Amino acid sequence: MGDGKMNHLSEEEMTAAYYDGLEPPVRAHLDDCPQCRAAFDQLKRMLDRLREAPVPERDASYGGQVWTRLLPHLSSERPRRIWLRWWTVAPALATVAVVAFIAGMLVQQRRQPSGISAKARERVLMVALGNHLDRSQIVLAELVNATPRTIDLKDERDRARDLVDENRLIRQTALHDGDMADAAVLDELERTLLDIANGPADPSPADLEALQQRIEREGLLLKVRIVSSNVRLKGQQL
Amino acid sequence: MEWTDQAAAEAASKGNQQAFRVLVERHSRSIFRLAFRMTGNETDAEDMVQETFLRAWKQMHRFDGRASFSTWVYRIAANCSLDLIRSRKVRGEQQPMRADTDHSGAFDLPAGDPSPERLAHSEQVARLLGPALEELSEMERTAFLLRHYEGCDTEEIARALGVQSNAAKQTVFRAVHKLRRALEPVWGMAR
Repeated sequence: MGDGKMNHLSEEEMTAAYYDGLEPPVRAHLDDCPQCRAAFDQLKRMLDRLREAPVPERDASYGGQVWTRLLPHLSSERPRRIWLRWWTVAPALATVAVVAFIAGMLVQQRRQPSGISAKARERVLMVALGNHLDRSQIVLAELVNATPRTIDLKDERDRARDLVDENRLIRQTALHDGDMADAAVLDELERTLLDIANGPADPSPADLEALQQRIEREGLLLKVRIVSSNVRLKGQQL
Repeated sequence: MEWTDQAAAEAASKGNQQAFRVLVERHSRSIFRLAFRMTGNETDAEDMVQETFLRAWKQMHRFDGRASFSTWVYRIAANCSLDLIRSRKVRGEQQPMRADTDHSGAFDLPAGDPSPERLAHSEQVARLLGPALEELSEMERTAFLLRHYEGCDTEEIARALGVQSNAAKQTVFRAVHKLRRALEPVWGMAR
């Protein structure tokens, strides 16, 4: 700029001008220099084009959909406990086996229509769901009634871990069957079970109180009881 | 409780799935946009979102909070998408764009909702942008994507990359320079 005029703009200066805006000296130079003006326009056109390409929109529920698809894969990455007591594991395994059986039947039904009757399948599902909700209620009730002085959530945490897996299977089956109300309660239940499963065995009084308040505020225990009661009634009618 | 990204990432790094859920629900849409821009295909972009968060979950213990979670996961997404582009190339799925093909009119389209035609043009851009991004180093690629598509300023990019702001600025510049060299010939933008 020895003669008071700015030298030609470097590519770096043009890039900075594109992203940060045109400083007065740069703008003045572009007005005076057709060569730099053409170069800048060319750069701008390329960068604008990259940005202008439209992207399909995803609505606000998209994150939840991603999570639903992701969750089964995350669980398989979690380190598993190997010393769970058999009397804790047995009901969970039984429920998982029943749900897996139903899932198998769903697949089978798609392949050959002449499988087990829909009524029988629903009856089996009701039993599995009732069993699962009963055990979930016990975990929630123990947690709601725990006091900071006596708190030791090790057992509840272990049971919650098993319940999370089977809850997911049952929720997916409910979704498949179009039971959206049950699926919604199971979704809420799953979040709380995950919190318990991944929380400490000896939470601080404040953490415990926060969790208890959340369960009460959302009326989760009541919702689970209502669904459980409906399930039993439905099972009897089948 | 409303988690901040930082608190959720910290809890997720200790194995808290609920915290990770918050992050997934919050950032899936922006990751989808990035993946779509890079792959040009909705199905691939969906797969990349899934793959990105799966990788992020596996690597959560490495997240040190130096950059924001959004930047960190964005970087993972860019690498996932690039892996896909490379694997396509290896399998011969991608038709190379010929330098003598005229794409200069590809973007003379009215603005508005993405119609199938406009999305087809996005695919065309991605087919050019994907391989061009491959020419960039990981830092250059991240810096460019953050600057160009996420509107991050130099300071934010510097924090994300863990470098001084001047170095971040230079990194963006090098990325633009390389992209220009790769894209201008096929877009017929000679002076």
